[in-house]
Amino acid sequence: MPLRESFVMLTAITAMALLAGVFGLLLGYSAIRFHIDGDPIADQVDALLPQSQCGQCGYPGCRPYAEAVAGGEAEINLCAPGGEAAMLAIADLLGREPMAVGEAVEKPKCIAVIDEQTCIGCTLCLQACPVDAIVGAAKQLHGIIASECTGCELCTKPCPVECIHLVPVPQTIATWKWPYPARVQAKAPPASELLPEHREAA
Amino acid sequence: MFNIASPLAGLLPGGESTRRLWHFHGGVHLPDEKELSNRTPVQGAAIPAQLVIPLQQHIGAPARPCVGVGDRVLKGQLIGEPQGYISAPVHASSSGIVRAIELREIPHPSGLSAPCVVIETDGEDAWAELPQPLADFAAEDPNRLRERIRMSGIVGMGGASFPSNVKLNPGKDQPIDTLVINGAECEPYITCDDLLMREQATDIVDGVRIMLHILGAGRCLVGIEDNKPEAAEAMCAAVAAAGVGDRVEVVVIPTLYPSGGEKQLIRILTGKEVPSHGIPAQVGIVCQNVGTACAVADAVLRGRPLIERYVTATGRGIAEPRNYRVRIGTPAADLVAASGGYTGELAKLVAGGPMMGFRLDTDAVPITKATNCILALTPAESPDPGEPLACIRCGRCAEVCPAQLLPQQMYWHARAKDLDKVQDYNLFDCIECGCCAHVCPSHIPLVQYYRYAKTESWAREKEKRAAEHARERHAAREARLERQERERQAKLRKQKELAAAKKKVGDAGADDKKAAIEAARKRAAAKRAAAGKAAGAEGVQADAAAKPAADAGPGATNQPDVAPKPPASSTGDTSGTGAPRAPAANDAKAHAAETADEARA
Repeated sequence: MPLRESFVMLTAITAMALLAGVFGLLLGYSAIRFHIDGDPIADQVDALLPQSQCGQCGYPGCRPYAEAVAGGEAEINLCAPGGEAAMLAIADLLGREPMAVGEAVEKPKCIAVIDEQTCIGCTLCLQACPVDAIVGAAKQLHGIIASECTGCELCTKPCPVECIHLVPVPQTIATWKWPYPARVQAKAPPASELLPEHREAA
Repeated sequence: MFNIASPLAGLLPGGESTRRLWHFHGGVHLPDEKELSNRTPVQGAAIPAQLVIPLQQHIGAPARPCVGVGDRVLKGQLIGEPQGYISAPVHASSSGIVRAIELREIPHPSGLSAPCVVIETDGEDAWAELPQPLADFAAEDPNRLRERIRMSGIVGMGGASFPSNVKLNPGKDQPIDTLVINGAECEPYITCDDLLMREQATDIVDGVRIMLHILGAGRCLVGIEDNKPEAAEAMCAAVAAAGVGDRVEVVVIPTLYPSGGEKQLIRILTGKEVPSHGIPAQVGIVCQNVGTACAVADAVLRGRPLIERYVTATGRGIAEPRNYRVRIGTPAADLVAASGGYTGELAKLVAGGPMMGFRLDTDAVPITKATNCILALTPAESPDPGEPLACIRCGRCAEVCPAQLLPQQMYWHARAKDLDKVQDYNLFDCIECGCCAHVCPSHIPLVQYYRYAKTESWAREKEKRAAEHARERHAAREARLERQERERQAKLRKQKELAAAKKKVGDAGADDKKAAIEAARKRAAAKRAAAGKAAGAEGVQADAAAKPAADAGPGATNQPDVAPKPPASSTGDTSGTGAPRAPAANDAKAHAAETADEARA
């Protein structure tokens, strides 16, 4: 090869090698200098979950599920209390496709209530509650603090006398939401029922 | 579209042009239908047999009942106490007996019930003892006047029902220079403010003077739409009679919906724009309805709480539309009946106006402090728009929006349930006036989408906070379990160490112990020999008693307790002989009898 061309080739190779070296050093330095402890993606997914710690997704709590989703091991539509909202939020965060959520997933929010007459004070439900919403002691009546109960249903199975029931949270003016408008006209009852002739018939 | 600040003249009834007015963006011209109800004077509605007074007729925390079932209450008596700062009390609208405090249907778009105090009136309408009238209000401390307004249960009477004493307390860092009085009443059909201005103009002006003093504001602008010439004239006369013409000015504005919106009226009268997510106090203005001003005068000058209001019963669905002076808690059905009943073709019964009201499924709901109109619409007045068509992106909605929002974009994102994007388009600045839905050629129920988006966003905020709280509790529980485990391990380790240490010590001192035991045994044996000769039978008995004590001992301590009791002292000493126990045998016998009883139980 003539001297000039080999010189050009050498310059090119040296330049690329130098660049590679500089970028490599930069990346290496950044990996150490900007290293983060923990898994920020799992933290962000965990922030979108409803924290019932109910285990319906198959993982022992919300944090393990969040870590599984962040690691790509779990599907994003497994959270039952989170429902469609949680699935869409996670899809938006991670840039994944939204998936259909199961029918069992969408049900009204319930809280657990203990039947005082049947409770035997065995403390099994106390130990099962992931947010310590049950107060009581051995051989004393157990009670569920309604404002702390998340409706995760983990207390219903351990109870040996089946005295824990789930009741839907009663809707009040304060908790009522405008419904999603779908065929608004069809649903409204006819106002003619207010007229005197209808009222007498009723 | 463009905010041209044109030199539009505010006209006094005499025709003299006065101050400059501004336009707000958008708005729609609507047929005002006011002649249905504004030609007859106001009628006093009869006091009903039963008053149903909701405990929450305001924004904020509901009132807590302070009377009991069976109590006799007088007109104006406090029946519900405010809870917290953003709350208002509730008073009895007439004298009678409290029959119940229970859930009753109230006028609300949900059709749900809320706690109400039900009073069976006795027809006497006797006043309770009222607080002292403060005739010389200009000399009073504004805080005292605010307290009087609060305890009189006064809330915004234009429909928002925000506690007035809170609104009249913007704080030191928001000085107020202008009080705006809202007499616009821009919504079609409603004429209660019109009639109130015609009949109670003096009281309104008194209320204005009181509020000017409370706020320390220099001037007041009363905005009245030009379709109410009699009201404007009455107000001008009252201002002149009170001699406050230098501070209070009646300004007639062009009729355009929704000029009566707080932010829109402020823009028209002063040219100022209230910032997004802000309140008028931030630009030095407080806006109050004429009805609120009237109630303030009543409370301060006569000590009377808010127990009645003007309500329009109108629409072609009732025979004789007119305005009434109604006690709070009167059923809407009574107003309809007093108006000659339904005309026989009813498409919809609405609480409020045709743009911002909501439909009622029953007329058995009570009139509340916020109810300004009961509207019975015929099918001709409220035709069924049919199924909404697809959005054709014409942009008419954006042209008419008085809040300068982009209804089309909000619609797309609300329809997709993408609430974050809807909020990016300033969802919470929407005043739900309905201009966009009114002009939509596809009949899309736009306001319903925005209302859904708003309440859904609030609900999600609430859920998020609850989830955060649950996460903290869970984390605390994990920490507690961990701590208990650590303590348990530490205790086990300590016990093991102690046991090991004891063993070492035990080996060394074992010999000493053994020698002591031997010596004691010898002594005991010697004693027994001596005692046995003297009273043989007694010694045998004592021995026999000591034995069951020793037997019952171990059994008595095996009680099924969660926290195991430390072993009774008797077992610790069973290694000892019976003789040292012989003098204590009687005590041991008594103890054995007790423990034997416990073991059996």
